[in-house]
Amino acid sequence: MKRVLVFLLPLVGFALLIGFLAVGLKRDPREIPSPFIGKPAPAFTLTQLQDQNKTFSPKDMLGKVWLLNVWASWCVSCREEHPVLLDFAKQNVVPIMGLNYKDGRKEGVDTLSQMGDPYQLSAFDADGRVGIDYGVYGVPETFVIDKQGVIRDKIIGVITPEIVTQKLLPLIKELNRA
Amino acid sequence: MRKFAVILIASLATYCAFPAFADEATPVATDPVLEEHVKAITEELRCLVCQNQTIADAHADLAIDLRNQVREKVKQGMSDQAIKDYMVQRYGDFVLYRPPVKSTTWLLWFGPFLLLLGGLVILMLRLRSRTTPDEMISESDLQRAAALLRASPESTKE
Repeated sequence: MKRVLVFLLPLVGFALLIGFLAVGLKRDPREIPSPFIGKPAPAFTLTQLQDQNKTFSPKDMLGKVWLLNVWASWCVSCREEHPVLLDFAKQNVVPIMGLNYKDGRKEGVDTLSQMGDPYQLSAFDADGRVGIDYGVYGVPETFVIDKQGVIRDKIIGVITPEIVTQKLLPLIKELNRA
Repeated sequence: MRKFAVILIASLATYCAFPAFADEATPVATDPVLEEHVKAITEELRCLVCQNQTIADAHADLAIDLRNQVREKVKQGMSDQAIKDYMVQRYGDFVLYRPPVKSTTWLLWFGPFLLLLGGLVILMLRLRSRTTPDEMISESDLQRAAALLRASPESTKE
């Protein structure tokens, strides 16, 4: 019995190690858990990308479930995400607001007129200050914000049609019921 | 041997080159005391884009922005702890190179000591069980051993 244990113990240890490593392989180190989930969306007031005489502030959206999508004309992954957002906007389930992050006004406007505009409006965050307040470290990032202005989820990276149907739609439905 | 020395010198040379490389990232110091202070803080913070670099070392845009942010806060007289809290609020504990000791990080902090303790316990148990077979060498084995030693006296002399 003891002999068996001597051989079995390292094997169990090895299996455990393999288990840990396998889980580690599946996890994306770029996906850092956001400390914002469950906290109120940081306040800001920025001018709108397409109209610098108008401003946007998250408190304008109180009472609605909405998405804040951080994007930029220089961001390659945003181009990949763009058609998905256009499709999603057409479904009219949720208002999508843009946060144009560290971009030029002209470049931002040009991108939207060329590729289509899925956003009700985009806030213009030229120096990336608001981005820092939202803990943005890579574009695109998307925040789901509820009627009370609390961040309920954050999607890091490109939104795929699977993320829309499996994650966003059920969450938005649930939040709209509340 | 010679090859080894060359490799050693080369690797030492690259090692020495790195601190200089790191300095390049910080903008020309206008106030050396302030820059030192900013550097001390940002060396404790992890860059979120290039995750194995500190914010002090990284060349990523976000790291540059965050360095400026830290510099501004130091100028405003914010304490080091307050600046770190500001970063943690935005990026979570992940941004700290020294994770805080709390219930979710106990395994991280104390796990190695647990492993060490476990190893010591196993070692103790093994050492203790080893003494018994030693005492049980039979009389005939002892005689055989003595006979072998007598048969080859040369090997013991050196």
